[in-house]
Amino acid sequence: MLIELKNVSHIYDDDLKGTEALKDINLRISDQEFIGLVGHTGSGKSTLVQMLNGLIKPSSGSVIIDGVNITGEKTSLLGIRRKIGLVFQYPEHQLFEETVYGDVAFGPRNLGLSEEEVELRVKEALELVGLDYEEFKDRSPFNLSGGQQRKVAIAGVLAMKPEVLILDEPSAGLDPQGRQQLISLLEYLYNNKGMTIILVSHRMEEIARLSNRVIVMSEGEIVFDDSPARVFSEVEKIRELGLDLPEITEILWRLNGKGLRVRTDIFSLAEAVEEISRELRGSSKC
Amino acid sequence: MALIELRGVDFSYSEMETPVLKNINLTVEAGEFVSIIGGNGSGKSTLAKLLNVLLVPSAGEVIVDGMNTADEENWLKIRQKVGMVFQNPDNQLVATRVEDDVAFGPENLGIPSPEIRKRVDKALEAVGMEKFKDNPPHNLSGGQKQRVAIAGVIAMEPECIVLDEPTAMLDPQGRKEVMETIHFLNKEKGITIIHITHFMEETVGADRVIVMNQGSIHKSGLPLEIFREIDDLKKLGLDVPLVVELAHELRKKGVEIPAILSINELVDSLCS
Repeated sequence: MLIELKNVSHIYDDDLKGTEALKDINLRISDQEFIGLVGHTGSGKSTLVQMLNGLIKPSSGSVIIDGVNITGEKTSLLGIRRKIGLVFQYPEHQLFEETVYGDVAFGPRNLGLSEEEVELRVKEALELVGLDYEEFKDRSPFNLSGGQQRKVAIAGVLAMKPEVLILDEPSAGLDPQGRQQLISLLEYLYNNKGMTIILVSHRMEEIARLSNRVIVMSEGEIVFDDSPARVFSEVEKIRELGLDLPEITEILWRLNGKGLRVRTDIFSLAEAVEEISRELRGSSKC
Repeated sequence: MALIELRGVDFSYSEMETPVLKNINLTVEAGEFVSIIGGNGSGKSTLAKLLNVLLVPSAGEVIVDGMNTADEENWLKIRQKVGMVFQNPDNQLVATRVEDDVAFGPENLGIPSPEIRKRVDKALEAVGMEKFKDNPPHNLSGGQKQRVAIAGVIAMEPECIVLDEPTAMLDPQGRKEVMETIHFLNKEKGITIIHITHFMEETVGADRVIVMNQGSIHKSGLPLEIFREIDDLKKLGLDVPLVVELAHELRKKGVEIPAILSINELVDSLCS
């Protein structure tokens, strides 16, 4: 499925100053991409992702999904939302049903599926996020821990079987273990389920580790759109934009600056350890 | 005398359920900067709520500056001494102008206006937000909102501020602002800080790190001591700061690196 944005600009109706939340965005997203979308607060990331599933219509320009211009008057947004799942920030705030089953089943039921099919989907979605179906299906979502509630909310989106999954800061507020589980889930959905994933995150190490394309936004514009290695080599510019570098990159970059000729395009701890010890050549000083 | 003391504290939300906190013994001295880490459900937030009497223990005692939180007569005084800042800045701001928000607490204490004026100015200056005093809070960034929330607490002239994941919803810039602000308040204003966080790297500047697990204090010590035990922390589902783990792995490869906590220290030890 192809998502295409052509000359998209957006001004919120209630913005009296008329600030452009998005300025002339052109973007193509193809199947099997894992996109990391970054930018500081107010850069336009959230506006962009809401546009991708039709929650916001652009003030000008067009959003074309699977060949259909969804900015047109008569487009069925239900069809779009079936294909493109959006996990909002703090999605657990939107849980509302009495049972975990009911909450995850809500979307599939709205698609008019048979109850057997709904049940199958709920089972599968809960398993994907690591919640045991029998143990959790009848529990109230409100008596679960924050981390478990987040999983239920994500399962609700997965039960729609979207082709594209967009997640806005999905790891915010999770403990390290919860974060690790989420990362594994995204890796699984991408590698084994063939989903296209768009991840919005302030955690650059997540972005660098997971994505194969990084889009950096600032003041409503796309300032970088390239591989993680290329984007995070723009050290000065990234800092100027008020963003962090992945910590590994920061360390490798600083060592490089001190004369240890290590590569700076490495994002995993194990590889960084190899690289540094190789460059040190048995010494403990550079 | 300790500013805060917990003696054999248990806490359950209802009699039916397993206790969230079990036999907590903890002393915090005036002027300390204490970081508390632990997985979701380890009891960190419940512990925080016991410190300014949002909750009272099911068993044991919480003593703040000599006052027992079980005694209702002490509640107002304790809440003045121990201020609280929460995760979501949007839920904590109530007024339409920044300075009205900061004045809200002292006004409720019935403090005379000229004194309130002084306190609000001082509090906004302490968090570096004096230029924004006439702004509506909802136009501020997350980090700025959180600093206004902290100013609101400071205007109560507390001896201690408890912050429950104050940076969880902020971007890197906002996180940095808040961390710098609370370290400034601790060092320059002598305010005791109890800081709960999931970001391990935020704890390296603390005087002491407390590790919570399943309702108990698992460990307490200097950041260097706590993060030395990498495998132990991982078993609890916690992390160590990445730079600490990198140094640990390099040591296994035979590289000699002293105990370090920051990128600066690592780079200096390798390339001085």
